[in-house]
Amino acid sequence: MGVDNPLGDNIITASLDGLVNWSRKSSIWPMTFGLACCAIEMMATGASHNDLDRFGIIFRASPRQSDCIIIAGTVTKKMLPVIKTVYEQMPEPKWVIAMGACACSGGIFDTYSVVQGIDEALPVDVYIPGCPPRPEALLFGLIKLQEKIMRERNSFGSTIGLGERYEPAA
Amino acid sequence: MAENNRAVVKLKERFAADIIGVKEFRGEVTVTVRKENIVEICTFLKSALAYNLLTDVTAVDYLGQDPRFLVVYNLYSIPNKDRLRVKAQVTESDCTIDTVSRVWSSADWLEREVFDLFGVTFNNHPDLRRILMTDDWVGHPLRKDYPLQGPDREPYKGRLS
Repeated sequence: MGVDNPLGDNIITASLDGLVNWSRKSSIWPMTFGLACCAIEMMATGASHNDLDRFGIIFRASPRQSDCIIIAGTVTKKMLPVIKTVYEQMPEPKWVIAMGACACSGGIFDTYSVVQGIDEALPVDVYIPGCPPRPEALLFGLIKLQEKIMRERNSFGSTIGLGERYEPAA
Repeated sequence: MAENNRAVVKLKERFAADIIGVKEFRGEVTVTVRKENIVEICTFLKSALAYNLLTDVTAVDYLGQDPRFLVVYNLYSIPNKDRLRVKAQVTESDCTIDTVSRVWSSADWLEREVFDLFGVTFNNHPDLRRILMTDDWVGHPLRKDYPLQGPDREPYKGRLS
């Protein structure tokens, strides 16, 4: 090898960002927020056939143990303050997945009582289209989120109070 | 025929002045009444004619007509296995009707729903609050003059506009 190997053959070097990002993307614990039929597909994705556990994705019932919230379904204006409260209770870093047409844009519910997309209130990382999306679509969206997490920079530094976390767009 | 219906005959004997019309459509009997004696009519229907289950209370908005609203009571008699629909006329200028929640307790929340979505006020109701919309909601969404997309949004003018 043309590279110096002062620490011996048993030690590899990498950036701390890479290690932190890898840990975060390999243990996404989503806060489930099932609001409509999308929740059924989300449950199907978590069940044994599609098996979210193999990605380290384990659904948590508590926002305080979650770092991702999957908005699965129609968000009504009455439910919006609840979602905001749950989102605020989640510790940083946290990500948002808008699952399905309703969470992305309001879907077919172009009415007075429905929020026209959860991105009016929360910073959405991944939009998953579909009505409802198939489990494969949710899996694809979660893998996209993992790729996004891997692209983050200064994720370790920002955790110990040095600078800001840098999230590249798209 | 609706005129031979047991309940309609009894109602016509007792409340002839209050009954506006009787209609039967596909075996469903509907009695339209004036709203002033609605509590007495409902009490009579429950005690004398055994309509002991109030299935639903709802309302219809006939915007542009007078009276504008009809408050609809769907009744069921468990012992007689018999249904009856009672409609009461409510005008827009006097948008109130007496509560029947003392006749059937289930009317409590059903009337709150009508109040919430149609803005019909129920006199002497024990707890007249909104039940579906948030407490700070303005307007009554099921009224025909309520904009579908909500008052704070540009109304939808068609896909190609």
